[in-house]
Amino acid sequence: MFRFIARRLLQTIPVLLVLITASFLMLRLVPGGPFDSEKATTPEIKHNLEAYYGFDQPLHKQFFNYLGNIVLHGDLGRSTKYSNRTVNEIIADKFPVSLELGAWSLLIALTIGLSAGILAAVYKNTWADYVTSGIVMTGICVPTFVLGPLLVLAFAIHFGWLSASGWYVWQDRVLPALTLGIVYAAYIARLTRGGMLEVLGQDYIRTARAKGASETRVVLRHALRGGLLPVVAFLGPAIAGIITGSFVIETIFQIPGLGREFVNSAFNRDRTLILGTVMLYAVLIIALNLVVDVVQVWLNPKLKFD
Amino acid sequence: MNTRTFGILFVCAALAGLPSGCAKKETAPAATLAKILRFGNGAEPQDIDPHAVTGVSEGKIINALFEGLVAEDPSGIGIAPGVAERWTISDDGLVYTFHLRADAQWSNGLPLTASDFVHSYQRMLTPSLASEYAYKLYPLTGAEAYNKGASTDFSQVGVKALGDHTLKLTLKNRTPYLLQDLKHYAWFPVPVDVIGKFGGLARKGSAWTRPGNFVGNGPFILKEWLPNQRLVVTRSPTYWDHATVKLDEIDFMPVEDGDTEERMFRSGQLDKTESLPLEKIAVYKRNYPMMYREDPFYGVYFYRINVTKPPFNDVRVRRALAMCIDREAIVSDILHGGQKPAWNFTPPTPEFESSARIPYDVAEAQHLLAEAGYPEGKNFPHVELLYNTSASHRIIAEAIQQMWKTSLGIDITLLNQEWKVYLDSQNTGNYQLARAGWIGDYPDPNTFLDLWTTGGGNNQTGWSNATYDDLLRSAASATNDTERATDYQQMEQIVADELPVIPIYFYTHVYALNPKVKGWVPQLIDNRAWKWIDLAE
Repeated sequence: MFRFIARRLLQTIPVLLVLITASFLMLRLVPGGPFDSEKATTPEIKHNLEAYYGFDQPLHKQFFNYLGNIVLHGDLGRSTKYSNRTVNEIIADKFPVSLELGAWSLLIALTIGLSAGILAAVYKNTWADYVTSGIVMTGICVPTFVLGPLLVLAFAIHFGWLSASGWYVWQDRVLPALTLGIVYAAYIARLTRGGMLEVLGQDYIRTARAKGASETRVVLRHALRGGLLPVVAFLGPAIAGIITGSFVIETIFQIPGLGREFVNSAFNRDRTLILGTVMLYAVLIIALNLVVDVVQVWLNPKLKFD
Repeated sequence: MNTRTFGILFVCAALAGLPSGCAKKETAPAATLAKILRFGNGAEPQDIDPHAVTGVSEGKIINALFEGLVAEDPSGIGIAPGVAERWTISDDGLVYTFHLRADAQWSNGLPLTASDFVHSYQRMLTPSLASEYAYKLYPLTGAEAYNKGASTDFSQVGVKALGDHTLKLTLKNRTPYLLQDLKHYAWFPVPVDVIGKFGGLARKGSAWTRPGNFVGNGPFILKEWLPNQRLVVTRSPTYWDHATVKLDEIDFMPVEDGDTEERMFRSGQLDKTESLPLEKIAVYKRNYPMMYREDPFYGVYFYRINVTKPPFNDVRVRRALAMCIDREAIVSDILHGGQKPAWNFTPPTPEFESSARIPYDVAEAQHLLAEAGYPEGKNFPHVELLYNTSASHRIIAEAIQQMWKTSLGIDITLLNQEWKVYLDSQNTGNYQLARAGWIGDYPDPNTFLDLWTTGGGNNQTGWSNATYDDLLRSAASATNDTERATDYQQMEQIVADELPVIPIYFYTHVYALNPKVKGWVPQLIDNRAWKWIDLAE
């Protein structure tokens, strides 16, 4: 297993290198630069700006400087939009916020999603299944930018129980976590139901029942392990997505997370910040996919590390 | 994963889920005891170093943290003394002598002297600092040459300290709007000694603007800055006029999304919004007229035309298009926010109102188009109207598209682009018609008419007119206001005849304001002096 992990980690290096190079070059190809604004400044001032950030140097030199700073100093560079902050600082500042929001959402998503999925599978084709599946479909169909404002209208403006926005006290976490969590819960519920149904019809479940195992034991002990496989495969990239922040949720609820920085940096052509967040996202996806592979082998005895 | 793990998960989730049902609202920051204004401020500030920023939201914060030679008066249009308690202007209008107040000081207790201004302007103009607003100082003699690196001798620049409390500004041309422009943060002093300690003067984005390090000279000082969350300023004890300051604290909240902002206002988290979504305007007018505000704003919404390419290299086509836009319908049926139809380019002010007028004459427009070779729109080439992605730009573009189709029989396609791509398309002349807007920097027609000079960075239409350029130079060197106004009237007429752009409407500033906020007067140019603002029941 360790050889497997070590090999996978080594493979990460060329993947990241290709990713950085491609992103770096693509950023130079998109129309519009970091200093374009509605009020054009003089060509001299613009030239001074380019020189200030080293953008006047040949491209390969800029690239190797950038790469060198990452490898040698772990320095992701300075934001061109927010001149008094470095990319390292912005990520260190915003990532924990997105991580926290993501953790709460994930908790909600797993709790609701797994229970609903198991319930629907066990009581297949009964009213319980129809009701749960109906709610789940609604959850998938209602986008966050509708659900979020609706929750705010109800709980913040109408009842006045929670704040409409902000990220100061624990109550501020409730509505955004719920909004983000419900969507994922819906997907998890569907996957769990599907996975469970497949497993529940198999011979080893019949064997377990025949041996006299209780229904609870059959479902939670024997069936769930196999039934979870599709959920686990889904969770890898989903967790990466959920913890790197959601632009929509962070905008609706005015949360200072990384999702907004990620999207806005692209709008601002804040090249260093784009590259920094892209890399963080890539590292997370790679790491989580690795975790998923390990967990899948553990859950499914048919799979082996090789 | 086994059942036990699941059991634990379920319990955790149940515990986590519990409070959502019974949570009580965290009381909003108590505005009753301390006077705290919670202000929707649009975009997150890039920085609060007056030499490192160009934005409007930064300007509002900087106006709280710094003060220039002069400041906005309570009426919102006049000029109140700032760091300078009085000033004299030479008869030819070229030399301004400011007498600084003896009690002006920085928030670290050090006195603020004339040499602080000299050093600040030197920093602003230093080429390697690459300050984007450096050109605001170009009215000073020698400033442009110094900023462009043509001269390295700062003593040639028209700013001199005559003793600790006297500052002399010498101008290239008579600039009648200079005092108004001095309210802009580009002219504010910065604490050069402090900045020098944090990585040097010619460095942007050093740590001097962080809470704890920050030093300013304004009515408020920086207390807290949580990026993308809020920036809090609190009353400054060292400000010379601190007795006049009424608010204890201002929370600048960076809320970019108009809908989020409006919900925050409704739930009592904001006292003023930056804007109001189009679809909420009618609701506020009807249900909350006490909170609805629409103020005139010194800006114009227009369509830029690329005059270098057919069919728009023919002035008759441009005139035809401009003459059949029903601007009244656009402001009354689409915008609803009290905007004024723009039949000329420069927005009206009490001092200047253009006499030029683009007629609304569909018959004449049809005639012109026929003359240009497209009778009833026949054979009219394929034309795209470019705008940056936004619902309100789209609605206006659709209305105008329809007007052109019914009156002239021409079909145009709408094309939206993401902001920076859209800017790039205009910059490189890769467009035919493009939506644009311009907000004046100072209350003088020059801030608008300057756009259309030959080869100007903001022209981007390819239009050039020698008479127009001469008139702009003539206005700059005019020795009295009447002469200037005459020049500007002629320039307006040229724009209305030649139409490198099609003006559509003059902006208003539409927002929601808590009636508790007192002293909030309409301003044509947003340069608010925060010390006049109060909060009261």
